[in-house]
Amino acid sequence: MATAVLESGERETYLNKEYGIKSWLLTVDHKRIALLYLVSITFFFFIGGFFALLIRLELLTPAGDLVQADTYNKLFTMHGQVMVFFFLIPAVPAVLGNFLIPIMIGAKDLAFPRVNLLSWYLYIIGGALMLYTILNGGVDTGWTFYTPLSTEFLNTHVVTAGLAIFVAGFSSILTGLNFVVTTHRMRAPGMTWSRLPLFVWAHYATSIIQLLGTPVLAITLLLVVCERLFHLGIFNPALGGDPLLFQHLFWFYSHPAVYIMILPGMGIVSEIVCCFSRKRIFGYTAMALALLGIAVVGFLVWAHHMFVAGISLYAAMIFSLLSYFVAVPSAIKVFNWTSTMYKGSITYQTPMLYAFGFIGLFTMGGLTGLFLASLGIDVHVTDTYFVVAHFHYIMVGGMVMAYLGGMHFWWPKISGRMYPEGWGRLAALLVFVGFNLTFFPQFILGYMGMPRRYWDYSHSPEFQILNVLSTAGATVLAVGYVLPMIYFLWSMRYGKPAPDNPWNAAGLEWMVPSPPPTFNFEEQPVVTWEAYNYDEIKEEVPVAQ
Amino acid sequence: MHNSPIATADQEAHQNPALLHHFATEEQQKDAASLGMWVFLATEIMFFGGMFCAYLVYRYWYFGDFGAGSQSLNVVLGGTNTAVLICSSLTVALAVRAAQLGQQKVIIICLILTMLLGLVFLGIKGVEYHDKFVEHHVPGPGFHFPGHVPGHPDIPINQHHAQIFFSLYFIMTGLHALHMIIGVGLFAFITYNAMRRRYGPDYYTPVEVAGLYWHFVDIIWIYLFPLLYLIDRSK
Ligand SMILES: [Cu+2]
Repeated sequence: MATAVLESGERETYLNKEYGIKSWLLTVDHKRIALLYLVSITFFFFIGGFFALLIRLELLTPAGDLVQADTYNKLFTMHGQVMVFFFLIPAVPAVLGNFLIPIMIGAKDLAFPRVNLLSWYLYIIGGALMLYTILNGGVDTGWTFYTPLSTEFLNTHVVTAGLAIFVAGFSSILTGLNFVVTTHRMRAPGMTWSRLPLFVWAHYATSIIQLLGTPVLAITLLLVVCERLFHLGIFNPALGGDPLLFQHLFWFYSHPAVYIMILPGMGIVSEIVCCFSRKRIFGYTAMALALLGIAVVGFLVWAHHMFVAGISLYAAMIFSLLSYFVAVPSAIKVFNWTSTMYKGSITYQTPMLYAFGFIGLFTMGGLTGLFLASLGIDVHVTDTYFVVAHFHYIMVGGMVMAYLGGMHFWWPKISGRMYPEGWGRLAALLVFVGFNLTFFPQFILGYMGMPRRYWDYSHSPEFQILNVLSTAGATVLAVGYVLPMIYFLWSMRYGKPAPDNPWNAAGLEWMVPSPPPTFNFEEQPVVTWEAYNYDEIKEEVPVAQ
Repeated sequence: MHNSPIATADQEAHQNPALLHHFATEEQQKDAASLGMWVFLATEIMFFGGMFCAYLVYRYWYFGDFGAGSQSLNVVLGGTNTAVLICSSLTVALAVRAAQLGQQKVIIICLILTMLLGLVFLGIKGVEYHDKFVEHHVPGPGFHFPGHVPGHPDIPINQHHAQIFFSLYFIMTGLHALHMIIGVGLFAFITYNAMRRRYGPDYYTPVEVAGLYWHFVDIIWIYLFPLLYLIDRSK
């Protein structure tokens, strides 16, 4: 394949085509925008992580001694808001999805490149507002903004935090819109729906949730902001308003939001599992339908967050039953990944280690989700560390594992360099061990009755040993998260140059050079093969150095 | 490599200057743009949907107070605005048609008419807001809405419940008006391009897509008008 050559004799890529700040801040290349997102979400990840470490340090001892009670409220609030809205939601779609979807379907770019750039700017405006909120003393509503606490009783920066998330929400909507239109209209000749990589299916399902859920959160937060500024009473029972209405509207988005985080991760894991098992995915159609099924059923279960809030018993029973239904497509996915590996020739490179971690931890998170979906147990463990552990198994054990797995898998494509495999495996191991050490004790703590969001547990000193384990785990986890950042940066300069297809993987993204040229393909590709045609690929995964 | 990945598909010659680099054909570009707008409108339905949901709950709970609030709105001005908006939908449709046929003058006239009708709507809305402000019907510390529930002279209006009605009234019509302002801005941009003869039978996507948006904003009003103005008009 002929490629453009620079004067220096180097091949022209999206990275070296232009230099300078302007060429990045005004770029409409989906790959460059993905890198802009990568830098910004990493920044917010470490801010959110910093808050998490302070929380864990405070809980090291039963007495509330490290920070004030009010400060503690701010710490867990801003940890939640920064992590959910500025890291977990945008992470995989805006970085890996942005980079890979056009290449995977054989397109030169997303359908609306300028809208893509606009979405990054909206994210930055929202992020700046969030930073402003943090630097001015923060906000202590809990990440959920429950009314009337948030609208009448707190004297912190609820308005700017709400607006920050409102603006960031539109960035998420525009990303979803771009992906839906791109998947419908930009596929290369021969790239039929049944040949799409599951990564693309996963983002398609995610986009539907982003498109239909996020606007509801946006209007809800706007109402909270108006209510706080003008004392309207829409969500304030003292003025005839209904706080449950707020909770319904909030969770209508915020339950499906969990699937915005986890579905793209499932897409990543499907790619990795096939590649490192050298097999076609087991049950392709079922896998694609399960993604859509989770997206649809996910919209019908929100009130399981409100079982103790005073909704009717019959409503609670229906929402409980519907919540069980989510387990069906989720289980299909886990079984099919496992079946894909069955009799595969498995190798244990870093991405695969993360995929293993994902499958195990997601299963744990999913199964404990069933506990919480059943009314009786939920009443017992509502607002305890059991819930905290459950959703961290999904959001951190699931989503962040998948994100890191994907970053390692596609890093050679993104940067044109190999990361150091030994360090990669070590970090994957640290993340897995650290994660379980942090969050498994929290299941027990919650079941024993330790409530979440408490700053002081000196009345129950027996909780200390598990809290110490959890804090120790968080320290290991922190090391596991900092390591990849260091060696990814290192590899950009010193890493071995990556071949076009370092894993001998299937998929269009491995047929373009690493890193790809600006328009991805020199000529319009025509697809004549099914996804994951590993039976046609004779080469194995190259052995790590 | 296990199979030759890149075969050449027929590529259309890039003749139309409006065809962006990453699209293969003009048709693909047009399809993408209109699908994009339809998807965006789906998100808009969810955005307004949250407010309609709140309206539904409180209308059910505070039936009489909402009726009283509704009666206090100026149905003549609201009705006039409905007519104005329906006319503007017509002029937008005519602008799209003119663009398809390449009638340059007609495009510009229809777009200017649309913007004028939009501004008339916003002006009348401003008059209504002003009246409400003078009558102390704007939610906040000065809110005051005396009287009794329609049909029940013995039941005084609950100030809190009435304030919820007016809160929803201002937020819903306010966000609708914001959408109108954005629409007028869009049409100003498109009119400028139409004056430079950018649109014709080969390329009229922006006119069509902006028209879709405008129709949607009209439809929102078609629901707002009866829910806010007409729910308690029977004598
Ligand atoms: Cu949920």
